[in-house]
Amino acid sequence: MSAQTLYDKLWHSHVIRSEPDGTALIYIDRHLVHEVTSPQAFEGLRLNNRPVWRVSSILATQDHNVPTTAVKEIADPVSRLQVSTLDANCKSYGITEFAMGDPRQGIVHVIGPEQGATLPGMTVVCGDSHTSTHGAFAALAMGIGTSEVEHVLATQCLLSKKAKSMLVRVEGSLRPGVTAKDIALAVIGEIGTAGGTGYAIEFGGSGIRALSMEGRMTLCNMAIEAGARNGMVAADETTIAYLKGRPYAPTAQQWDAAVAVWNTLHSDEGAHFDRVVEIAADSIEPQVTWGTSPEMVTTVGGAVPDPSQESDATRRHGIEKALAYMGLKANTPITEIEIDKVFIGSCTNSRIEDLRAAADVVKGRKVSSRVKLAMVVPGSGLVKAAAEREGLDRVFTEAGFEWRNPGCSMCLGMNDDRLEPGERCASTSNRNFEGRQGTGGRTHLVSPAMAAAAAIAGHFIDIRNL
Amino acid sequence: MQKFITHQGLVAPMDRANVDTDAIIPKQFLKSIQRSGFGPNLFDAWRYLDEGQPGQDNSGRPLNPDFVLNHARYQGASILIARENFGCGSSREHAPWALEDYGFRAIIAPSFADIFHSNAYKNGLLPITLPADCVDELLHITASQEGFRLTIDLSQQKVTTPDGRAFAFEIDGFRKYCLMEGLDDIGLTLRYAEEIKNFEASRRVAQPWLYVESAR
Repeated sequence: MSAQTLYDKLWHSHVIRSEPDGTALIYIDRHLVHEVTSPQAFEGLRLNNRPVWRVSSILATQDHNVPTTAVKEIADPVSRLQVSTLDANCKSYGITEFAMGDPRQGIVHVIGPEQGATLPGMTVVCGDSHTSTHGAFAALAMGIGTSEVEHVLATQCLLSKKAKSMLVRVEGSLRPGVTAKDIALAVIGEIGTAGGTGYAIEFGGSGIRALSMEGRMTLCNMAIEAGARNGMVAADETTIAYLKGRPYAPTAQQWDAAVAVWNTLHSDEGAHFDRVVEIAADSIEPQVTWGTSPEMVTTVGGAVPDPSQESDATRRHGIEKALAYMGLKANTPITEIEIDKVFIGSCTNSRIEDLRAAADVVKGRKVSSRVKLAMVVPGSGLVKAAAEREGLDRVFTEAGFEWRNPGCSMCLGMNDDRLEPGERCASTSNRNFEGRQGTGGRTHLVSPAMAAAAAIAGHFIDIRNL
Repeated sequence: MQKFITHQGLVAPMDRANVDTDAIIPKQFLKSIQRSGFGPNLFDAWRYLDEGQPGQDNSGRPLNPDFVLNHARYQGASILIARENFGCGSSREHAPWALEDYGFRAIIAPSFADIFHSNAYKNGLLPITLPADCVDELLHITASQEGFRLTIDLSQQKVTTPDGRAFAFEIDGFRKYCLMEGLDDIGLTLRYAEEIKNFEASRRVAQPWLYVESAR
């Protein structure tokens, strides 16, 4: 057999049948469920009298609507109904759910890997675009819509067509202060938010192999921000070491058999990719977005672009609209942009390594007096507990940060955590769209260390100069 | 699912790239556990001058006079034309639900984000990809000719202007078939239940660790 990409291997091992036009029925190993995109799917099952195909493939949690303050009940009745609807659906079908108050509850893309519920070689779906995160484990992971959630619940399959393949190769070592988040933003800056449309992206090269699982998850998480439904990284020793001993991971002889399979989950030497993007790791600088799309990004040493320098009319128009929304003037140095709020959290950057990186910056310092709110929202109850065992909560609170309970929080503000109109935020989340963090709110995407540094300085600052 | 065979309708222009699903239907409306009723909140933050809330009566809210869908000439539009990467971002199917509930039957753009593209089909909303120069031209015609309408013929895979100019588009055979017949994907897939069961059974033997019943 000719050389295969990792994506080829994952795809072909899950195809049950194909239509003449290439539309395939692919088998789904793991289905992660949260409260926002599932109620209509369960309702559809009920209306058609259909059972859930394989209940044990599903793991559910509450994340988007949950409060991050120490309240027991959600105040907003609409949010509360959505969360209680998930409870009722999980109870009625016998689905495992980590509900509010369960120490394992958290952001769906944090808890799946944390539980070992995401394993190499799996297909993983969730009604959430950031499902690409799970590709960090050499899994074929993709976000789906609610009709597809219902389809997977009812059939354990997804109708899909094979995508083209792209290799993003990052060779060399990252410079100090540069993280997986900066790689992700630099890649999006390079190929654009539609650059990965129609592709499955594999991240490879020595710069990727050197990343921890947390870093790989950050990178694959943002593959969707480059337009790609899937991001993935080959399985290696780092993957295997991360999984050992996790609640859903195999044990004993099954562990050895699994590892033997996982060791084959990489692209073969000479495998063909439809597109290859090469980036030297040591060329990547800390990134800061300035606009309303993740591709509107520059380095911390850069400046807000000048639309008059853009020759393409649609792009110029886009930059003008973005600057008006963001309240920024052309050519302003990034380090002169002052901020009102800081959000450290989200499925992109709320894992223990992210909190450690931010705490390292914060330790012994104080949040700037011009910052109205600086908050840390751990990705799960288990991340929160681990951080507290290391004393990170005290590092943050002594500096003036709020230390919150797990959830999606101000990444999208479906709970009470959001920006007020005109407020500017240094955020470790994934989307700087208009209104994403609150109507009229202005988001700048950065790494956890850069967000922490901005909280201390009151404006963006090169982490390497702090 | 609503069938799509042919459609003739008024065209509205949305002259911007990267229209994301957060803009199509903002987060606060995702709290609904219903599948319908999102139309009045389509493009909510652009369409109204105040901040909308779920369950609110939208009839008395102040409209943004600059927003294109609020212009009198585009009332009743059922075809939307936009620029590159329409529907990027969040996987929320509430986006096609809102577009469809508002009255759109088709979106024409040079490119669509992958998840939005498949979500649209599942709801009988036809995403039509045309070359960027054709879209540019259609955007200009839509802006300059009041009442500009297009005819979409799915079986012929053609978009036709009133003066008879036709633009051909591509669509996967399987999706075309499902749309023209108004078929339910799940019903179709369950015809292959035996094949799925067989696949699952052999996978369970080969990789039993994928089938743990619960956490240890």
